[in-house]
Amino acid sequence: MAPAAELVDAVKRYGEIEALKGVNLRIDLGEVVAMLGPNGAGKTTSISLLLGLRKPTSGKALLFGLDPKDLSARSRVGVMLQESGIPAMLKVSEIVDLFRSYYPRPMERDRAIAMAGLQEKSGALVKELSGGQRQRLYFALAVCGDPEVLFLDEPTVGMDVEGRRSFIERIAEFAQMGRTVVLTTHYLEEADQLAKRVIVIDRGLVIADASPKEIKSKVAGKRMRFTAATLSDMDLDGLPVSSSTIADHTVQLLTNQPEAVLRELFRRGVEISDLEVSGADLEDAFISLTSHKATE
Amino acid sequence: MAVMTAVRAPAGPMLARQTLAEFLKLWRVPAFTATSLFLPVMFYAFIGIGQSSQVVAPHVTFGAYFLASMAVYSVANVMIFSFGISVATERGMKMDVLMRATPMPPLVYLLSKSITAIVFAALTLVILFPFAYIAGGVRLDAEQWLTLAYRVLLGSIPFIALGFAIGYLSGPNSAVAVINLIYLPTAFASGLFFPKQLLPDFIQRISPYLPLHFFGQLGWDAIGAPTDETVTADWLYLAAYGAVFFVIALWAYRREESRKFS
Repeated sequence: MAPAAELVDAVKRYGEIEALKGVNLRIDLGEVVAMLGPNGAGKTTSISLLLGLRKPTSGKALLFGLDPKDLSARSRVGVMLQESGIPAMLKVSEIVDLFRSYYPRPMERDRAIAMAGLQEKSGALVKELSGGQRQRLYFALAVCGDPEVLFLDEPTVGMDVEGRRSFIERIAEFAQMGRTVVLTTHYLEEADQLAKRVIVIDRGLVIADASPKEIKSKVAGKRMRFTAATLSDMDLDGLPVSSSTIADHTVQLLTNQPEAVLRELFRRGVEISDLEVSGADLEDAFISLTSHKATE
Repeated sequence: MAVMTAVRAPAGPMLARQTLAEFLKLWRVPAFTATSLFLPVMFYAFIGIGQSSQVVAPHVTFGAYFLASMAVYSVANVMIFSFGISVATERGMKMDVLMRATPMPPLVYLLSKSITAIVFAALTLVILFPFAYIAGGVRLDAEQWLTLAYRVLLGSIPFIALGFAIGYLSGPNSAVAVINLIYLPTAFASGLFFPKQLLPDFIQRISPYLPLHFFGQLGWDAIGAPTDETVTADWLYLAAYGAVFFVIALWAYRREESRKFS
């Protein structure tokens, strides 16, 4: 059986910029996959190719083994895109009904609205919704066709922590129905909560494709920042550090073992002050992941 | 597992839903409903009523003549505005991107917008005709009323293509300006607001080639006023303009396609 979605040697150029440099990936029915990567890595481009919104410069994009523009392939897919608009002057119930009519076997309207947690807003006009509610409406529109595959491009962008958490639960609920979910995200923890498989994309290439656990073990978890009057690159030699920058006596390190790094620095007699240790954000994590690659 | 054949949603109900949505989208924008439904009536009240009973041609009163003018004006107005502005706005809001990722065929979108525009055009007539009858004292044969109605509705189709072209060629903020810049002057130049004889000389020379000129003649002929060309010629010219507008619209659509979706 054809995979739900597939990219074969997909290259995508926008003028001078090569957004995808030869991506191969295959997503089977029933998988829950997170595509992870920093801004501009090529996640949205990958999704656009899979949905037929963009054409690969070379290589292939397939949905259920068909051209993604094929309406019978699209009839099996629900989509939530970044930065897409919906008519402000329609009511929530009306626009959900509209999108249901696009699909051969839609779910009940009220069920789709409930899955998005918008029961109370069913009669409201789109323009009256808050940003978070609008985002949930997009989710309702994505699931209302009862699709086999759900594509979510940065679904929680712009949401607060609580909003993100409950939204992730809604996605998980849909995935539990045995459906395929492909989502892109910046947030490692979202990928961790939802997906069994994480595809890391960086600068147009798949740099890792594994379970969240494996990915996390590769990624530096902590960022250290301190001031040291006298420190050279030499002093950091041999430390369990995945990347480092020194500027104006301020040192930034990415590491999985901040304690070991500190112990070693003290042993070497380096004087440090203003020490901060924080959880690395994903941008940091990617720096470490890509530099791992470079040194391997 | 269940056999998942290549099933698609039926087009009929989809078109009905899409048309309803398109209609509601416009209906709920007061700026649109006011300008498209009531502006022509207002023009008629200001210009048409005062001299309504004046005879401009054998058996033709100014009231009837100006009714035909305003019917043509308001119907073409709806076509250009409802299509042009809504297409431009939706492109601006990137609504087209999400629509394109759904299994809705583009033809359904096009048809739903066209049907909505025609329904709105019919609504303007439903308001304008009784107003002219009551306030302007316009009396026509049943056949003349019907001929006027069907001619302006049918003749408005080329302007759907024009609105569509403008919607794809202009930005969401400039569409209104572009439309006013094109539509209002040609409406004046085609003699929809006052007789062509009063227009400057060079405009009088352009006037007989304008699409609204032919459209206007179809209206004036319907109420019995004399016109320059035969009705058949008017239809042919209008159809030719329609074809040109359609080609431009298609080109603009393809251009957008290759920019945004390739």
